Amino acid sequence: MIRSELIQKIADDNQHLYQRDVEKIVNTIFEEIISALARGDRVELRGFGAFSVKERGARTGRNPRTGEAVDVDEKSVPFFKTGKLLRDRLNGKETD
Amino acid sequence: MSDKTLTRMDLSEAVFREVGLSRNESAQLVESVLQYMSDALAQGETVKISSFGTFSVRDKAARVGRNPKTGEEVPIHPRRVLTFRPSHLMKDRVAAGNRG
Repeated sequence: MIRSELIQKIADDNQHLYQRDVEKIVNTIFEEIISALARGDRVELRGFGAFSVKERGARTGRNPRTGEAVDVDEKSVPFFKTGKLLRDRLNGKETD
Repeated sequence: MSDKTLTRMDLSEAVFREVGLSRNESAQLVESVLQYMSDALAQGETVKISSFGTFSVRDKAARVGRNPKTGEEVPIHPRRVLTFRPSHLMKDRVAAGNRG
């Protein structure tokens, strides 16, 4: 499923909304998650999962082509942990 | 870092603010987005949201694990796990926003 298919499903369920509003709704949700992580906040969506930011320490990497050592600065990366309900659903356990 | 935790409520508040639907309808739409994504993943489908990231389902083989407390061997059954691969845009914005 891609973004446009998700938008279509929501639009089909909500015939009273304009297509452009449905696009705006879906885009707002994803944009809000990215902005939160960019501020260093977490986003916890019970049953689905949680997005957070992890720190990766500085390290000495290596250019895979030349083998030359390069210093890699510390940086923050997005991280997702699957929620229990979704994890169970993936494994065929419907707990509803 | 502000270390705040956002929830569904904050996402529906953003929808309410941006689109001008009622709070109740905004909350239902957020729920519906999460539900459709979960349904697709539960079917084993990959969910690819451009400029956000890709959720994919992977099959893990059975293996023998060990209870770390007792040292006892326990079989770990084959299972499906979800992985999320953030888009370049998300990685760049998260790295830039949390620098220093």
